[in-house]
Amino acid sequence: MTVTLLLFAHYRDLTGASELKLDLPEGTTAAGLVERLRRQGGAMGRLPSDPVLAVNQEYATLDVVLRDGDEVALLPPVAGG
Amino acid sequence: MSLHARITTEPLDAAALVERVAGPGAGATALFIGTVREHADGRRVRGMRYDAYPGMAERVLREIAGEALERVRGAAAPPAPAGVDETEAAAIAVEHRWGELAVGEASVVIAAAGAHRAEAFDACRYVIEEIKKRLPVWKQEHYVEGGARWLEGAVPSVEGERA
Repeated sequence: MTVTLLLFAHYRDLTGASELKLDLPEGTTAAGLVERLRRQGGAMGRLPSDPVLAVNQEYATLDVVLRDGDEVALLPPVAGG
Repeated sequence: MSLHARITTEPLDAAALVERVAGPGAGATALFIGTVREHADGRRVRGMRYDAYPGMAERVLREIAGEALERVRGAAAPPAPAGVDETEAAAIAVEHRWGELAVGEASVVIAAAGAHRAEAFDACRYVIEEIKKRLPVWKQEHYVEGGARWLEGAVPSVEGERA
């Protein structure tokens, strides 16, 4: 399955990436996705292991099972206003 | 009763939002404007860069405005003349800007109207506090002497299983 990964603000600067398409095995959780990224090392290794994330524009927990076509966003602590 | 929530890169127009919440049943309108300040932690600031997850931010902003509207509606109370529904005065309009902002420019504008002042103030305050807690927007301060820093933010509380 393929998911789209979005990175914002501080995480974008850390990794140098803003949007990636990722091929993942069926059944991968959000935590699994983050773990795969971190294992790639390099810039991705700088991501935290437990970021706040959203799946299809809604806040989600790390144990959520991803589906083909999902939009996953890694969100640094928010600072609007 | 009306609700307006928008994320935009355009300059914000506070007067337009006040006009949006106006109505014959409103006895009070509270307006909050958040602006870029020229100093932070002893450093001179020359501007702010906001990043946003626009689709999700607009959705969350709408959700927050909806909750504020329910608070205003919940506060409506008798005595009102027969046939008058005070909940109809409830109105919220909120816009958050992102992109590059200079000192003095508005990053967020909230207009809240209700039958009475207590609920208008309350709704305005509720919206800005919830924005700080959970709107997927980030800000980076740019300093006069050079350099920039992403501000430390709040970690939204995330609940529940995916449907």
